[in-house]
Amino acid sequence: MKEYQTITEVSGPLVFVETDEPVGYDEIVEIETGDGEIRRGQVLESTSDHVAIQVFESTQGIDRECSVRFLGETMKMPVTEDLLGRVLDGTGQPIDDGPDIVPDERQDIVGKAINPVSREYPREFIQTGISAIDGMNTLVRGQKLPLFSGSGLPHNELALQIARQAEVPEEEEEGEESEFAVVFAAMGITAEEANEFMDDFERTGALERSVVFMNLADDPAVERTITPRLALTTAEYLAFEKGYHVLTIMTNMTNYCEALREIGAAREEVPGRRGYPGYMYTDLAGLYERAGRIEGVEGSITQIPILTMPSDDDTHPIPDLTGYITEGQIYVNRDLNSQGVRPPINVLPSLSRLMDEGIGEGLTREDHGDVSDQMFAAYAEGEDLRDLVNIVGREALSERDNKYLDFADRFESEFVDQGYNTDRTIDQTLDIAWDLLSDLPKEELNRIGEEYIEENYGDEETETSPEATAD
Amino acid sequence: MSQATHSDVREDGVIESVSGPVVTATGLSARMNDVVYVGSEGLMGEIIEIEGDLTTIQVYEETSDVAPGEPVESTGAPLSVDLGPGILDNIYDGVQRPLEGLEEKMDSAFLDRGVDAPGIDIEKTWEFTPTVEDGDEVAAGDIVGTVPETESIEHKVMVPPDYDGGEVVDAKKGNFTVDETVVELDNGEEITMHQEWPVRQARPAGDKETPTDPLVTGQRILDGLFPVAKGGTAAIPGPFGSGKTVTQHQLAKWADADIVVYVGCGERGNEMTEVIEDFPELDDPKTGKPLMSRTSLIANTSNMPVAARESSVYTGITIAEYYRDMGYDVALMADSTSRWAEALREISSRLEEMPGEEGYPAYLGARLSEFYERAGYYQNSNGTEGSVTVVGAVSPPGGDFSEPVTQNTLRIVKTFWALDADLAERRHFPAINWDESYSLYRDQLDPWFTDAVADDWPEIRQWVIDTLDEESELQEIVQLVGQDALPADQQLTLEVARYIREAYLQQNALHDVDTYCEPAKTYRMMEAIKTLNDEAFDALDAGVPVDEITDIDAAPRLNRIGTTEGYEAFIEEIEADIAEELRGMYQ
Ligand SMILES: Nc1ncnc2c1ncn2[C@@H]1O[C@H](COP(=O)(O)OP(=O)(O)OP(=O)(O)O)[C@@H](O)[C@H]1O
Ligand SMILES: [Mg+2]
Repeated sequence: MKEYQTITEVSGPLVFVETDEPVGYDEIVEIETGDGEIRRGQVLESTSDHVAIQVFESTQGIDRECSVRFLGETMKMPVTEDLLGRVLDGTGQPIDDGPDIVPDERQDIVGKAINPVSREYPREFIQTGISAIDGMNTLVRGQKLPLFSGSGLPHNELALQIARQAEVPEEEEEGEESEFAVVFAAMGITAEEANEFMDDFERTGALERSVVFMNLADDPAVERTITPRLALTTAEYLAFEKGYHVLTIMTNMTNYCEALREIGAAREEVPGRRGYPGYMYTDLAGLYERAGRIEGVEGSITQIPILTMPSDDDTHPIPDLTGYITEGQIYVNRDLNSQGVRPPINVLPSLSRLMDEGIGEGLTREDHGDVSDQMFAAYAEGEDLRDLVNIVGREALSERDNKYLDFADRFESEFVDQGYNTDRTIDQTLDIAWDLLSDLPKEELNRIGEEYIEENYGDEETETSPEATAD
Repeated sequence: MSQATHSDVREDGVIESVSGPVVTATGLSARMNDVVYVGSEGLMGEIIEIEGDLTTIQVYEETSDVAPGEPVESTGAPLSVDLGPGILDNIYDGVQRPLEGLEEKMDSAFLDRGVDAPGIDIEKTWEFTPTVEDGDEVAAGDIVGTVPETESIEHKVMVPPDYDGGEVVDAKKGNFTVDETVVELDNGEEITMHQEWPVRQARPAGDKETPTDPLVTGQRILDGLFPVAKGGTAAIPGPFGSGKTVTQHQLAKWADADIVVYVGCGERGNEMTEVIEDFPELDDPKTGKPLMSRTSLIANTSNMPVAARESSVYTGITIAEYYRDMGYDVALMADSTSRWAEALREISSRLEEMPGEEGYPAYLGARLSEFYERAGYYQNSNGTEGSVTVVGAVSPPGGDFSEPVTQNTLRIVKTFWALDADLAERRHFPAINWDESYSLYRDQLDPWFTDAVADDWPEIRQWVIDTLDEESELQEIVQLVGQDALPADQQLTLEVARYIREAYLQQNALHDVDTYCEPAKTYRMMEAIKTLNDEAFDALDAGVPVDEITDIDAAPRLNRIGTTEGYEAFIEEIEADIAEELRGMYQ
């Protein structure tokens, strides 16, 4: 291992070094400052006589005299089942005063792509107990389903509710409890938010089966670019080598993307949309595509990335590129939140692309698909009419229109608003749906098979809730 | 990728620098676009720039750990695909490495690097039946024999385009591997079942003709309102989650092409897995044979190396052209061309080229048109007719169609299926916006539809379009005053338009029956709604109040035609009931 003292330039998170022996692209570098402190970094560009290094921690204090060592290998994550229950920092060093970690293997943190022929299409229904998700945007094992939120919204509560309640009902029934683990990657979140997660993990005992990676708001930004890779490498090991069903929560992807932008700017790259690097799609895909299932392998990786949309704008590159890669998204909505709907999920723009294969007879219930289609159509129609009501008033609307308005109200107050501690079975969710749909005339239910209407449509106007009786 | 060239290594150079997928080398005497093997692991790459002694290479594999000083070897041949039997019912990466072969060789579910495999199995034997005899004169492109490639497709073995041709002196019959000679010519040229062709060069073709047949897709809104021709081009832009992939999958499943080439370019792994799992189970409605036996898949998912994403569309179109040359109608789906354009941008920016609009290289438009230009309906030199239809998905950032990839694509393609987030949000699928979409093939395809389906196809289609146009104008007024404030005839038009939207335009890709709608059914559905319209207006003229007209029991059943299997009797019944109910109100 050759040591150099040939730093020629320091610029933002980048350090340039003259070299006389070849250095591998992506290799890990240690830079030792005058006072003996070690900073780590990674080779971004390697030529025959110099190297550009991206330093994970701050470059403050690095000068021409620092010694630079190339470790001759790319970044690795030491993995073992003993990581369960441990809390690590954003670079994978334990910060919980626990015992030393004795790795079973050291794995490259830049995951290899899963061969599409080796994948198994995810079809196993996960019951989150949340109607707006289970009923309308069903999550399945091995899916990547982000939360699209905004600052100040309760996305953490929602993520925690999912982590607490998620179960695969079929397995519960058959008593074949599969091993379940949580990998949590925090990127640039505040200490307060971090505590919110840690307290819940500790309170519910989830910590024992979790691996936590913490890069907080005051930790170096560049470090954030490796945190999710360490976490996903750990998740892959647990899922595909040890057979765990791993739920990976990554928060906050917005901070991750900001870090990418910062590095891009320091490298004086030609920026893409709104200053984010042109390769951000590829970079994010390198994280999100690490979710999934593999044929013949027990475990799975389900991802719930969380991002806050700057100015609640979903055309911003962070949510936009994410939506283009993930298998749907759940929108946490500001208006619903201020109306007190908990969780404030707006189902209309939300989507689960893997829902269709994960629901129906033998998986959830045979009427599930039709019911959710109809609920979407009806809620969308009611939503539209709200604008019109503001102009012409309810009296100017037809009886049919008024029914749809009532439906939209009940949909929010009874179906979506369930609180963070209510855990509904899929049957309960669908029964509430039928209760709501039964307020609409039968002929309006044109997306539902006649046999299901026959069976489930509640003719009598008996148990309608008070808000449902309009005029 | 062509294996034959691998052994042919000619020149050695040395790596000068590495930055992501871009590597420079010195001491390499090589031609532009030649394939090289980079570093001690022999990663595959392609020469994309030559400047003085410095050669720039885009590498199709992950470059971690590759260091300056490592060797670079040139194959002296451009990036090519292997053409021959075995392409169908197969799945490749962006440089035509068979993914199943890689899984086996790597013995892992994860893709490793530095492993190569030929695009077609060179050990397998195929049953060759010559269609020429000794003494026959053959020219480049001529068919000399056939091979049953899959259950549904007979592979035609052709004289390679770069051969001189001549008199057949030996035509063998029997089982051969793809590299064994099956036909010999008097000038010494030996014909095998295996050809190679450089992907960036269009295969020579006969005369391009004006397409006259539609690619029947079984999707009502496409066949009915915005048809694409066999040999035509179409673009399908839309924001995330609006239905580009589902539409492309629908086309790959149900379009009446002979061959389907599906390029998953920079998209999700699971979407390719879905195709791999579903297609062998589904039957081609035309032949009744498994869909996979007419399909070739190219999968370069978003997490696979970016340079191979760039090449994947070329690999796909070259394969498509090869089957066109045999006289087949080929449909190529590319999902998504935006990822290809972004790969161009990424490589271009690493080369520090002068960026054009939104960072895309200035040659973006030229590359896109070169690609779509390879579509077409051809009179082949061997006497057959074949076509390549290209359907490209576009993923505009923020769903904004004014961005460069969408705009450059729209300048070229003649069919435009605009997807709409608003429709998708209310689960109106396919979420194709009928106001914005268009097809410039409509008129030239009308003779086919009047011939094959119904004489008044153009008229009834026009009626549908006019009614939808009228609806959007009326909707603007409704937004201000509510529907009840409109005159009765306009209320009726809105009601009819609602059936057009809900019963006819919406089509559930996930429903066993609704997923495919033959043109005759498409036509009968339009007719049924027209019947409602005509009967309703007669009733209105006869003084029946509009509320009563819109309240009839028979009309909502229109919404169930799509999902009804034996639709003929069902539609007749609805039409009769509509007439009876409405006439009963005034007769
Ligand atoms: N014709 C259809 N019938 C039923 N559902 C549909 C149809 N088209 C789209 N969908 C629904 O919309 C979802 C998203 O569609 P799709 O995956 O094709 O979007 P996309 O435009 O390809 O998005 P992206 O750009 O992110 O890849 C599907 O998962 C499916 O639920
Ligand atoms: Mg898609």
